Amino acid sequence: MIGNLGHRTTPARGWASVRLAMLASALGIWSVGCGTEGVTVVSWGGSYEEACRKALFEPFSSETGIEVHVESFNGGLAQVRAQVESGNVYWDIVDLEFADVVKGCDEGLLELIDIDQFPPAPDGTAARDDYFEGTYSECGGGGTYYSGVYAYNQETFPDERPSTIEDFFNLDKFPGRRGMRRSPIVNLELALMADGVPTDEVYTALSTPDGVDRAFRKLDTIKAEVVWWETGAQPPQMLADQEVVMSTAYNGRIFNAQVLEGQPFTIVWDGQVLDYGQMAIVRDTPRLEAAKQFLLFASRVESMAAIGRYIAYSPTRRSGMDLIGTHAATGVDMRPHMPSAPENLARALRNDPEWWTNHADEMTERFSAWLAR
Amino acid sequence: MARPLSSARLRAAALTLPLLAFVGVTFIAPLGSMLVRSFHEPQVADALPRTLKSLEAWDGIAVPGEDTFRILATEVRLLDEQRRLGGVATRINRLESGMRSTIMDTGRALRSAESDSWREALITADPVWGEQKAWLAVQRAGERYTLRHYLNALDLDRDSSGDIVPQPTDRRIYVPLLLRTLGVGLVITAICLILGYPVAYLIANASPSKSNLLLLLVLVPFWTSLLVRTTSWIVLLQNQGVVNDLLVAAGIIGETGRISLVHNMFGTLVAMTQILLPFMILPLYAVMRSIPPAYLRAAASLGATFRQGFVRVYWPQTLPGVAAGSLLVFILSIGYYITPALVGGRTGQLISNMIAYHMQESLNWGLAAALGVVLLLGVLLLYLVYNRLVGIERMRLS
Repeated sequence: MIGNLGHRTTPARGWASVRLAMLASALGIWSVGCGTEGVTVVSWGGSYEEACRKALFEPFSSETGIEVHVESFNGGLAQVRAQVESGNVYWDIVDLEFADVVKGCDEGLLELIDIDQFPPAPDGTAARDDYFEGTYSECGGGGTYYSGVYAYNQETFPDERPSTIEDFFNLDKFPGRRGMRRSPIVNLELALMADGVPTDEVYTALSTPDGVDRAFRKLDTIKAEVVWWETGAQPPQMLADQEVVMSTAYNGRIFNAQVLEGQPFTIVWDGQVLDYGQMAIVRDTPRLEAAKQFLLFASRVESMAAIGRYIAYSPTRRSGMDLIGTHAATGVDMRPHMPSAPENLARALRNDPEWWTNHADEMTERFSAWLAR
Repeated sequence: MARPLSSARLRAAALTLPLLAFVGVTFIAPLGSMLVRSFHEPQVADALPRTLKSLEAWDGIAVPGEDTFRILATEVRLLDEQRRLGGVATRINRLESGMRSTIMDTGRALRSAESDSWREALITADPVWGEQKAWLAVQRAGERYTLRHYLNALDLDRDSSGDIVPQPTDRRIYVPLLLRTLGVGLVITAICLILGYPVAYLIANASPSKSNLLLLLVLVPFWTSLLVRTTSWIVLLQNQGVVNDLLVAAGIIGETGRISLVHNMFGTLVAMTQILLPFMILPLYAVMRSIPPAYLRAAASLGATFRQGFVRVYWPQTLPGVAAGSLLVFILSIGYYITPALVGGRTGQLISNMIAYHMQESLNWGLAAALGVVLLLGVLLLYLVYNRLVGIERMRLS
């Protein structure tokens, strides 16, 4: 592989890669016995991975005969970087948040893929025009929308119920504790929207020191009543236990609790922060051809829509929404549960991965300092 | 006679080679490589050698001349072609938020540009190139050997003239977190000792059948998954949890007066103490079992009260176990990650959570490494004090 890339391994570089390989092994991500047959796809575990297994991995294997090994991770580029830098690549395809696709692509950790090779929409529209604006990168394929929303337990509010993002920050009208993710991401945006900043000006405002101060000041107003969560499984649990009266959450988790467990939860779509992810090929994988085949399969509108039969995440291609049907296990109509359903988009903010790659470190430090005060 | 002996010795020593190799590969080398990363960051220096060379003559205040702009443009263009620009941009961005976009946009703009004035071309691509801070960021990110990760880990920064100054208050997090981590470690160690000592004494002095049962009670939670135990604590301690329900049912607190027992420092202390308790009890138990009961009886027969016998005869003999248990619990507690992440809430965060963030999310491995080194130094310092007080050679596990 190194020969193909046209640079020789100098002793220094060789030693550096040995050290990195050791580092990789110490991180506990060494993997033996991933044969050359089949491809290894890394997903997020839980119900999303299950959805991908049924909608993507199994149909792909039966169509091509290429086996799919599935591994789970918690997102981020750390392992991808360790593999690429050590030259010991054993993951082939990784499902990433879009900001990480962009970052990994810029840093040369992911293989480039030509969007013009993707299958067109059923009506013949080229993939390039079929993807929603800004939802594809030079390295990504497939793609799903998911959403940062807030939800409440109907039992907590027998009379008047919250319906806007302002209500989430209104302790007088809706007293009680709120769950929020312990991260500046999404929270700063929600705070500004609730403070009256129009959706299309949120990131412009956050780019100024005044805007950031304003967001933190808004968060200050509910700080004493916030329970901070860390993993996506916590909000539905806290709502079910009535530990909080409302909580920000990933819409798919709330959907599962509503439909599979029959929990009396309601999602407030007003002020949702729409986010999306894509799959990408790890650079220098020895199984490049099979990996490309997989990515092209995953980029078909039909495949992307098929995921929506198992979980409330919708395709990032325009033609995909027409193919959304009913939930495979319960027969529930999936359309109203999708983040990109028109009625849910009345006031929605699209997460700006570019802004966050620029400011994540600064905001995380500031957020941590704010939390500790 | 000497020769066969030494070859036997060699053979015996050779038996330890696999272990040494294992430790070398899985512990020393990765640790060393992380340590090196905390002060050695050659990527920007390798990527922009000529720009940095030309910045050597820069006064550090005014915007550099056309020459520097031209050299930077050439190098950025080359990096963009080689798909190496992103890595450089990310690193410079750490010194000045927003530089990542500046550099990536510049790369894109230069793909098609031909220009007489590179200065104008770059400033058109992003006006930040006309400001001192952009060039300072490039210059500082270009330091091959650097202390900036350590400065960052100690909440310090360099101002535009290069003097070391404290970070603005709203970005000072690492030193408070570090102190909190060490403090939490000490408190947990103390609680574990107070709770664990009587339990270990009971197990060591009970009849064999009783002591086996008690030991099992210590070991079963020890064998249970960490995540399960952590989540169980949430179920027990949360506002609508078992403990609060019982208190309300008993009329001790009212329905509206439920106490916050988890998602704060209290929850962190409780959960971590329970998880680390076996590491205190087991070494204590092992040491206590080796103390003959006759010693206490002898003390009593010489007229000592139980208290005197305990303080002057029993306690000193258990010190090696106390030392071993305390050290184990303390070292484990300062590296704890998942428990404070889940039950720590706003006030229960520890330094390990920030290290994990920089390892996994921001990919700033240099800063993660520097934080690790600072933590390590803090621990070593405490260890020296501890050694003076207790004497490490007295530590025993049995």
